[in-house]
Amino acid sequence: MTKILNIHNLGKTYSSGSKELTVLQDISFDIETGETFSIVGPSGSGKTTLLGLCAGLDKADSGTIALCGTDLGNLNEDERALLRNQHVGFIFQDFQLLPTLTALENVAVPLELRGDRSASKRAVELLGKVGLADRIHHYPSQLSGGEQQRVALARAFCNNPSILFADEPTGNLDAETGEKVVQLLFELNKELGTTLVIVTHDLELAQKTQRILRLKGGRIIENQTVAG
Amino acid sequence: MMENSKTPYAKAGLSWLLKMAWRDGRASGGKLVLFMASIILGIAAVVSIQSFGENLKDNIQLQSKALMGADYIIDSGKPPNERVTAIMDSLGGAHAKEINFASMAAFPKNGAAKLVQVRGIEGGFPFYGELETVPVGAAKEYQTQGAALVDATVMLQLGVKPGDSIKVGNITLPIAGSLKSVPGSTAIFSSVAPPILIPYRFIEGTGLIQQGSRVDYEYYFVAKEGADMEELDKVLDPQLDAEDADLDTHTSTSERLGRRYDNFGKFLNLVAFISLLLGCVGIASAINIYIKEKLRAVAVLKCLGATRKQTFSIYLIQIAAMGLLGGIVGTVAGILLQQLFPLLLQGLIPIEIQISFSFQAIAMGLLLGVLMSLLFALYPLIGTLYVSPLQTLRVGAEGAKKPRKALLLVSLGISLFVFLFALWLLKDWRYSLAFVGAILVTFSILGGVASIFMKGIKKYFPTSWGFTARQSLLNLFRPQNQTLTLVLAIGVGTFLISTLYFSKDILLDQASIESNADSPNMILLDVQAGQQTAVAKTIENSNLPVLADIPIITMRVESIKGVMANDIRKDTTSTINQWVLNHEFRVTYRDSLIASEDLEAGEWTSEVASRDLVPISVSDNFAEDAKVQVGDKLTFNVQGVLLNTVIGSIRTVDWSRMQLNFSIVFPKGVLEDAPQFRVLTTKVPNERQSALLQKELVKQFPNVSILDLRQVLSVIERLLEKISWIINFMAFFSILTGVIVLLGAVRTSKYQRIKESVLLRTIGAKSNQILKITALEYAYLGVLGGLSGILLSLIGSQLLALLVFKTSFVPSMFPFLVLFPGITLLVLVIGLLNSRSVIQSPPLEVLRKEGR
Repeated sequence: MTKILNIHNLGKTYSSGSKELTVLQDISFDIETGETFSIVGPSGSGKTTLLGLCAGLDKADSGTIALCGTDLGNLNEDERALLRNQHVGFIFQDFQLLPTLTALENVAVPLELRGDRSASKRAVELLGKVGLADRIHHYPSQLSGGEQQRVALARAFCNNPSILFADEPTGNLDAETGEKVVQLLFELNKELGTTLVIVTHDLELAQKTQRILRLKGGRIIENQTVAG
Repeated sequence: MMENSKTPYAKAGLSWLLKMAWRDGRASGGKLVLFMASIILGIAAVVSIQSFGENLKDNIQLQSKALMGADYIIDSGKPPNERVTAIMDSLGGAHAKEINFASMAAFPKNGAAKLVQVRGIEGGFPFYGELETVPVGAAKEYQTQGAALVDATVMLQLGVKPGDSIKVGNITLPIAGSLKSVPGSTAIFSSVAPPILIPYRFIEGTGLIQQGSRVDYEYYFVAKEGADMEELDKVLDPQLDAEDADLDTHTSTSERLGRRYDNFGKFLNLVAFISLLLGCVGIASAINIYIKEKLRAVAVLKCLGATRKQTFSIYLIQIAAMGLLGGIVGTVAGILLQQLFPLLLQGLIPIEIQISFSFQAIAMGLLLGVLMSLLFALYPLIGTLYVSPLQTLRVGAEGAKKPRKALLLVSLGISLFVFLFALWLLKDWRYSLAFVGAILVTFSILGGVASIFMKGIKKYFPTSWGFTARQSLLNLFRPQNQTLTLVLAIGVGTFLISTLYFSKDILLDQASIESNADSPNMILLDVQAGQQTAVAKTIENSNLPVLADIPIITMRVESIKGVMANDIRKDTTSTINQWVLNHEFRVTYRDSLIASEDLEAGEWTSEVASRDLVPISVSDNFAEDAKVQVGDKLTFNVQGVLLNTVIGSIRTVDWSRMQLNFSIVFPKGVLEDAPQFRVLTTKVPNERQSALLQKELVKQFPNVSILDLRQVLSVIERLLEKISWIINFMAFFSILTGVIVLLGAVRTSKYQRIKESVLLRTIGAKSNQILKITALEYAYLGVLGGLSGILLSLIGSQLLALLVFKTSFVPSMFPFLVLFPGITLLVLVIGLLNSRSVIQSPPLEVLRKEGR
């Protein structure tokens, strides 16, 4: 198997006024293509920061990140954006749909950004897959939380990403809806062969992935392979 | 490590950016309505003025012949001499001629008397345009009938009808009709001495052409086909100037007139432009809030792979489109609006204006809409470049801060644009720079006042005040407060309107007659030397005082410092102003200075015994134009007799005072025996007394002209009233724009308010308390903005009065008593009306609405 994400000696420090706060240090791990992977840990352990760095949303202070074979440290913001557009999908805890766009338009955006003319067709197809065929012209404010997260799922898979980062994907949903969304997430992952990286508090969800990385105080305390 | 297996995709192009701008704008349209409204109003104001100005210029040019009634005119203050006659003959002779002068006219029907401009006409004048009369035929028939055409307003005022008679000097003529308009004259400017047209042949019979009478001789010409007016002007004007005559062509006259209205138009354009700038404050504030709301969407787009340039462009396109749309609506509104201007300007403009499309104004409206929107939106827009995609994961995550350089560059861009626009309007870089400077100073002072106020409240917060008063003060510097925007909007609007009022005060103050007992309000002109005692007696018989009896002697400059006037004229290197050499001076003699005069240099001589080298006093402007100083010699030609004088003193004269002022004053003891006429002044207490005295004087002394200064003043007042109507009309736009900015500012902070007041109500605050907090907050803003605007304007106007008009003025109370409370109330009402939903709805409903 090839490695889709390679993290080596990663460190990140934030400065708040005169104080320096080290959020991550000495983080090294790899993720194989097609693997499902979760990052868990208590609040403030650095999970979300790690996710942001892996996806190229922020720059590391030390160490290297290679995403899809490209060293993120050598790219500027726009180049990282292009890389994300080509290889990365996102699911956020609070959905992050564009409120002024309909469900269809939201899903089509990543493909449109590539100049793909079949964006709408593909968006309709994916919205059908997540069970929202009859809601494609609704705005986010007209959809329930679960429906919004399903639109976000469709958007995340729309550009056929190599790797999908999910930040607490069920955090804002009730248990039943959350369960449905997770099911859909894993189904799509399987069907499309996408690598899945989930940041979560939910150990039950983490157990569904092949590997669990435990963080505490900005350091890796365990890199566990889940049995079965 | 895995190699990048996918090929890079083509980036989304312009069409996607347009699509995204449209999609996002479609759902945010409501939020941009106020932004559009600010643009629309400003553009409408600028376009209406610009387009009307263009139309006026075109109309003046098109109707230039009708403005004059001929192709060109030769005129002179004295009968044409041989040389002038020869020039006129060489041109084929005049096609029509006219003698005109001011005189009293009496109406035997009711004994009324009125100062009029008598115009004796022979020939087919006007050759272009027409005399509008009632009945229509009277315009042609008055010549053959030997009758008069009398100004329509005079006839209406005095209750005179066609068929009645008019007495001018020694002759009485029937009135053929009322005169509604004469080519080239405006109702308001000719209302001191309205025109009376009579056939030329009767002029001599009036007996009014006497020693010292101010008579104008005009000769009207129709040019041959294809004649070059400019060439004619160039060749003949200098020759005629040398003979005290003047050539005016229809083109030069229309150009002069065009320039006069153009200046006024420029001023109005600047006023309109200020209202557009005020609208831009609204744009900047609306876009600032709008973009803040969009930052999250920008982060999401970046997360999905959009570049900085792409996200920036989406909103740039949106704003440019809004600006264009606002520009289109504003331009259409402006074009429609200008149809009103001819009504507002009635009586001020000597032509009928046909309104047509001015493509320049349309292009300007569209361009201004887009450019102003973009320029003022640029700084908030730059914010999108610095949004980090990390904000999708962390609410608090911040991108890089906008560099100060960006703010500086945008401010410079805005100042440069304002300067260029002013330069395009004014065609003078100094005035344009001053305009930009004044705008910057005004905006900075108002901005400074707002920020000092906020800092002051923070530092000296009145902790002992009651809850509602404290809470309302706190609101002024809450996060995302609109204090600065509101103070600017209210302040600039108030500043503009009060400045217009104060300027009117200054102008009226300049023109007003001092109301103390000694200052005259009626001037009797052209009193012949023999009549003076009898005229004075008539005045005194009416129980009125003769305040002054001023002798007037006419003379011309013969030589300056020993050089003959004729030689100076020929000397091309001479810097002496020609008018000094050509002018027929009306000179007086007296033994003391009067109130409007101050001695600037030399010594005043009251009386002399000898006529050799008489020490005279000249005004400062005469000394400057004639290039003379105390001790220089001047020789005057007093109706054929040469009189040698030396400049004994130089006086500064306040010409703006409504009284008789003189360039040249002789001491007593020299001119007493020279041929002279007199000017008598008196003070009449009321209209009735004035009419009675005029009636009596005209009956006995038909040659005496009577000028009622109160009437002149009322004409000036009417004129200013007219002008201020137009200015108020423009200022109205500023206020309306201000209201829109205000509405926008109130609405943008509405959601913040809803949250706060819901919280307050949840913890037990009564509706009444919330209402008081809101009302007080807006009252503070209204008072702060309004008062700063008025005070700033008062200081500015006083400086203008002191430095430019060299006077001080008493400001009218309108801005303080009406404008200030009015503006404060308006702010309060708009504020409260927009907060109704906050105050009226139950907390839970608001919270639910908020959540959605």
